[in-house]
Amino acid sequence: MARTVTPARKLTFTILAWGIAGLIFFPILWTVLTSFKTEADAIASPPKFLFFDWTLENYATVQERSPYVRHFLNSIAIALGSTLLGLAVAVPAAWSMAFQPARRTRDVLMWMLSTKMMPAVGVLIPIYLLFRDLGLLDTRSGVIVVLMLMNLPIIVWMLYTYFREIPGEILEAARMDGASLWNEIRHVLLPMALPGIASTMLLNIILAWNEAFWTLNLTTSKAAPLTAFIASYSSPEGLFYAKLSAASTMAIAPILIMGWFSQKQLVRGLTFGAVK
Amino acid sequence: MATRHQRGLARLMVAPSVLLLLGWMIVPLAMTLWFSFQSYNLLSPGTEQFIGLMNYRFFLSDPAFWAALTNTLLLVGGVLVITVGGGVLLALLIDQPIWGQGIVRILVIAPFFIMPTVSALVWKNMFLNPVNGLFAWLAKLVGAQPVDFLAQYPLASIIGIVAWQWLPFATLILLTALQSLDSEQLEAAEMDGAGAWAKFTHLTLPHLARPITVVVLIETIFLLSVFAEILVTTNGGPGYQSTNLTYLVYSLALLQFDVGGASAGGIVAVILANIVAIFLMRMIGRTLD
Repeated sequence: MARTVTPARKLTFTILAWGIAGLIFFPILWTVLTSFKTEADAIASPPKFLFFDWTLENYATVQERSPYVRHFLNSIAIALGSTLLGLAVAVPAAWSMAFQPARRTRDVLMWMLSTKMMPAVGVLIPIYLLFRDLGLLDTRSGVIVVLMLMNLPIIVWMLYTYFREIPGEILEAARMDGASLWNEIRHVLLPMALPGIASTMLLNIILAWNEAFWTLNLTTSKAAPLTAFIASYSSPEGLFYAKLSAASTMAIAPILIMGWFSQKQLVRGLTFGAVK
Repeated sequence: MATRHQRGLARLMVAPSVLLLLGWMIVPLAMTLWFSFQSYNLLSPGTEQFIGLMNYRFFLSDPAFWAALTNTLLLVGGVLVITVGGGVLLALLIDQPIWGQGIVRILVIAPFFIMPTVSALVWKNMFLNPVNGLFAWLAKLVGAQPVDFLAQYPLASIIGIVAWQWLPFATLILLTALQSLDSEQLEAAEMDGAGAWAKFTHLTLPHLARPITVVVLIETIFLLSVFAEILVTTNGGPGYQSTNLTYLVYSLALLQFDVGGASAGGIVAVILANIVAIFLMRMIGRTLD
């Protein structure tokens, strides 16, 4: 028996929910709107909400004044690089722990998780000094390695929780039917594992894209991703709200869209499978 | 049955992850520990020497440490209260039968995907700025004096910004948990004549206890390390008013080049984080069984 909901009640809750959601989303909307204003309109008082001269000028200026494209490509290289590298290491590990659990598997998993609990400042100084001595400061490869290591526990865990849901009997059935190892992997394992791997990849790209401790401390200009580039707007001169907004809008748009598609995986990944 | 060969292969597959993480954790941490017993400043190279626990004595007796510790606790506690309290209410609201639930969900969750430097700078300039910010305009609208939030209430402002980023996370997790609450159970309770309040306290709240704990623990891990939001808004100031432990260690290391002192601070931060981590690990460990 379904609960009866009076239209009045539903309407009240709808208005309330939309109102609160609108408030929470407003800063993002405001950033996007401001990116299309002239600098004068951006700080106009009273503020101009929709009726201003829409312009794309800021997007052009941001590109001209700074190597925005380079920072954007750095972000892509760092997010993708650290994710793919992490997957390459983690897939076999998660796979074997899910299907060939040993006596110590549980301990290994818990220990991996514990490395994620270590605050970054605990290792900032040695990493910084090592990077300085090895010439890795302000290089993409240096940041890629650090972010890969930082997120490796999350990748292993997430893959593990997905792999564990693949029923082992299916593998045995395929083997009974005389499937070769290669066919087993290609036709049985891969199709079942792909969704989990894709979700893990998505979440990790989001985390790496937005990471703002190591990227700020280990890069200065050449290898700086968008997180570090945007931070340079913190000590500005003159009118800059519209340009800041344009730079920000471009920096958040791709990940915001990816994020909306990966809500469910996000819950699972960030709680290490504790909430599904 | 796993053969010996298979077991060997399994170990080989796990080995790279284990070795990498072992190196990532043990080597730098051991170095930090080693530096923390040294007098070591990057500005005067060649003068390093073993000074025992002196760095710890200096660090722990530095008023900046106590300010940073207090700020860290206020920041973590403040954000937790706002996000968990707000998250429960918001999740309950979105879980009601409403029109456009999917869109509401998408709007609410959005701030979580915004990079920290962007959200901090947008809030700093376009909302909190005492001249051009929207809040200043709102204040003038009602005839009040605009407030210079980041100068007068630096820590509270940062708590607000960080809470805005983490409210979506708490809401999303709690909403996911709510939606897994068995509707048959709820209907059975209704048939038995349970009112809305009884259903909430006897069914919903106990069901949420576990996800709430998970949210609190995971947020705490991340909130102990808040950094970028402070760097681009207040630089920890005025004075030490918005310096947390992470920022203090960063400024000792990379602004004052005091490797020894910063390392002692880093070790203190690790110990604090570990206290939280132990509880979190126990919670998550249970899901493996």
